[in-house]
Amino acid sequence: MSVDPILFLAILPEIGLVILGGLVLLLDLVLKQPAQRWLGWVTAIGLWVILAVHLVFGAPHPGLTEVWGGMLRWDWMAYVFQGIFLLGASLTALFGMDWDVLGQRGEFYLLALAATMGMCLMAASADLVMLFLAIETTSIPLYALSGFLVRDYKSTESGFKYMLYGATTSAVMLYGFSLIYGFTGTTRIYGVAEIFQEMFTRQGSAAVYALLGIMLLVLVGVSFKASAAPFHFWAPDVYEGAPTPVAGFLSTASKAAGFAVLMRFVIAVLPPTVMGDASSLVGRAGPYMTAVLALIATLSMIIGNVLALTQKNIKRLLAYSSIAQAGYILIGVTAGSSLGQAGAIFYLGAYLVTNLAAFGIVSIVGRVVCSDEISAYAGLSRRSPGLALGLLAAFLSLGGIPPFGGFVGKVLVFAAAIDARLYWLAILGIINSVVGLYYYLTVLKTVYLYRSQEEDSPLRLTRPWVIALAACVVGILLTGTFFGPLYQWSQAAAAALFSF
Amino acid sequence: MAFPILSVIVLTPLVAGLIILLIPRERKTEVRVTALAAAILSLVLSIWVYFAYQVSAGGYQFIEKADWLPFLGISYHMGVDGISVPLVLLTGIVVVAGVLISWGVEDRPREYYAFMMFLATSIFGVFVSLDLFQLFFFFEIAVFPKYLMIAVWGSPQTREYGAMKLTLYLFLGSVIALIGVLAMYFASGLRTFDMIALEKANFAPGFQYIWFPAVFFGFAILGGIFPFHSWAPDGHVAAPTAISMLLAGVEMKVGAFGALRAAIMLLPQGAHDWVWLILLLGTINVVYGAFIAMIQTDFKYVIGFSSVSHMGLVMMGFATLSREGFLGAGMQMFSHGVMTALFFAVVGMVYDRAHTREISRLGGLFRKMPWAAIGFIIAGFVSMGMPGFSGFVAEFPVFMGVWRSQPPIYAIIAVLGILLTAAYILRVVSRVFFGDAPVELAGVSDVTVLDKVAVSGLATIMIVLGLFPILMTPMVQSGVDHIVYLLGVIK
Repeated sequence: MSVDPILFLAILPEIGLVILGGLVLLLDLVLKQPAQRWLGWVTAIGLWVILAVHLVFGAPHPGLTEVWGGMLRWDWMAYVFQGIFLLGASLTALFGMDWDVLGQRGEFYLLALAATMGMCLMAASADLVMLFLAIETTSIPLYALSGFLVRDYKSTESGFKYMLYGATTSAVMLYGFSLIYGFTGTTRIYGVAEIFQEMFTRQGSAAVYALLGIMLLVLVGVSFKASAAPFHFWAPDVYEGAPTPVAGFLSTASKAAGFAVLMRFVIAVLPPTVMGDASSLVGRAGPYMTAVLALIATLSMIIGNVLALTQKNIKRLLAYSSIAQAGYILIGVTAGSSLGQAGAIFYLGAYLVTNLAAFGIVSIVGRVVCSDEISAYAGLSRRSPGLALGLLAAFLSLGGIPPFGGFVGKVLVFAAAIDARLYWLAILGIINSVVGLYYYLTVLKTVYLYRSQEEDSPLRLTRPWVIALAACVVGILLTGTFFGPLYQWSQAAAAALFSF
Repeated sequence: MAFPILSVIVLTPLVAGLIILLIPRERKTEVRVTALAAAILSLVLSIWVYFAYQVSAGGYQFIEKADWLPFLGISYHMGVDGISVPLVLLTGIVVVAGVLISWGVEDRPREYYAFMMFLATSIFGVFVSLDLFQLFFFFEIAVFPKYLMIAVWGSPQTREYGAMKLTLYLFLGSVIALIGVLAMYFASGLRTFDMIALEKANFAPGFQYIWFPAVFFGFAILGGIFPFHSWAPDGHVAAPTAISMLLAGVEMKVGAFGALRAAIMLLPQGAHDWVWLILLLGTINVVYGAFIAMIQTDFKYVIGFSSVSHMGLVMMGFATLSREGFLGAGMQMFSHGVMTALFFAVVGMVYDRAHTREISRLGGLFRKMPWAAIGFIIAGFVSMGMPGFSGFVAEFPVFMGVWRSQPPIYAIIAVLGILLTAAYILRVVSRVFFGDAPVELAGVSDVTVLDKVAVSGLATIMIVLGLFPILMTPMVQSGVDHIVYLLGVIK
């Protein structure tokens, strides 16, 4: 069997990640203990190289969408998301480098690379089997990473909890996949809708109920990855216990991967519609899909924001905030339009740099002051004005304030909701934004207003932290001001979702 | 392309703020000088715009336009008309005054001045925006400087409460307005945020009826409209002096300006439908604000509530939907901005030296700080609408407009509100500046030279404008003509 060499361009990130992983594994054997920190540089720079190669050569070719025997799709959706994952992984490697235990172990980098490869496949999968394999390839390394600090019972608990939750929800989702195969006889995601439509014309509403049931099962697994309510319970405990750089990775790249699958699957199989004609399956079942997604979005926003209000630990606060953010992103998905998906993708991109900056700063401060309590942030603006400004940018971006990326993301998803005439969802979204702003500002108040005894001892930043943080802040500002390029990518990715 | 003067005005404080953040924290003088230089540059350019604006031609001038996100119809679009030119000038004046007044801030002046510069950029940006997305962009930038400056440098008793209340109120108002603006964006069918294009969108009357309140009141919350005014006194009192000046002096005008630009001008039929409510609430603002100001025991709260009362006159001017009313509202925005900045500046000077704001514990300060006292008295005359001062030029047309186009009872009630103003102003003037000084105040020193510069500058502007209203009225009139034209198209 001969393979067109151009098809290798479709899996450039995966190939690069395998090579880089092998390199890290080899160096891990060669290098002695203190020098293993250098693996962080190797990983980060390697990921940048892969990212650059991917951006230059990986752009999809028109007419070559289904590749590798229909297992993967090579479209803008995969292209954009793979870029997001690679960026997130490289920044995570930099944040993790000087986190002792974590940064000096080659396993950390290797597991992160493996998870990233899984995510790249998740974004591209066009086949149920491939999709499930990709999800597990992502999840298993992440379970291990969460429980990385074996001597710390919280970390162990975190890894264990994440695994139990993940295994259960994957099993439910797998049940949904098997039902799809049972009903349709195909594992191609893009073939499902057509077969169900035929079933609908033959058997009527039975097909509607079958499809909705399947969608609910699949949504369980995907909501878990996206940490959306009511499958969010793991997030606070896991984020709290996991090493902070890992928690940052979980809340950004892993969440984005969950959303990539959610958007691709939902749009391909049963797109949410507000008012449909009753003669087609999508017209009949689409409004239910809208209702379910809107419900998940609403629950996520409310639960995340309300529970975040009372948190004393900043990692738990960020965990609840990330549940709420999943809710805002879901507003865009729920709108069902191309604008909505583009808004959600843009939001995910802006959210990646934003939340990585937030978790990055938390990991830096946590290393130095040995506490993740919000009260430990008192006097930070006197100790380290730069770090305080970074936190300011990240939290205000989470709160949806310009000139930071979160503002544009929020405007886009609310606009999509209004365009789809989901006014109530947009209004819920703005009320939640106000609640969210409250707790983000409370943290900033601690940073700028309160004083502490150690405020005169400056916080020392290492080089990888400075680089990663600077990259994040620049990203937050770029997505908030010169948002044209990211929006065009999001737009192209959203268009790819609808063309099949 | 011509020199992008508006962009320079808007971005100068931003750049200065970023430069300030790069200056080492020990070098406080450099920080202050940089801030002052930026503020003066913006002011000089604003003055230049003020005199270079061609009143006879009217309309939007100094237009700058560039694509920002063409796919969604978002553009970088700046321009000024007869309404916004005075407001840009006002911002320039108050920012310079605020920098001068804050010279003595010793706690992290670097962050203080940087945030103040960001706030200035936000305000300038709103006044020159001709694109609704851009307007919101600049509008929301103000959130964090406002919050942090009040919470960190404000008065210790109430700053955390006041800062959070103000920020959340204003954020809620702005996002409600944002929802309305997004609805306009989709309903217009033009897929543009360009305000000049949306002026011609001719929204359906039913649409205007539903969405006008969202946009108008969303912005009017920032203008301090009753019953959403309570953030204003609490926030203004909690804020450090310069921020009180900026918030009451200019930020409240941002709210009124947004309500005018995005609601009244773009949804004229909605304005006709809802004018009764604006008039009612504006009248309540005037009278209620004045009554509450009268019973305050805290010097700064008196001024805080006086802002609520005076912003009511702006709302009433809008509610007349008439030439006189808009003219008065436009003049009042400028006049009140300068006046209240002066009020808060003097209050800050008194507090810094007497360490109390309780009216009962103050007295006889005229002899200690005559410049401040005279400044306060002049601002008081403006506040009462005394002829010869800018307040008269502003308030008189508002009353004329209300009298002509609305039931006279509103005009009568509002004029009574002015009597109350006279009462509370005279009360604080007599208690604080005259009479015998309590023993605790024996060691109070006079204000600094920079304070005198700020006070006399602000006072001079109000007197000059009161004596020569012709300096500003034709300009505002040219902006009003366009608004009246838009409102008349529907009628």
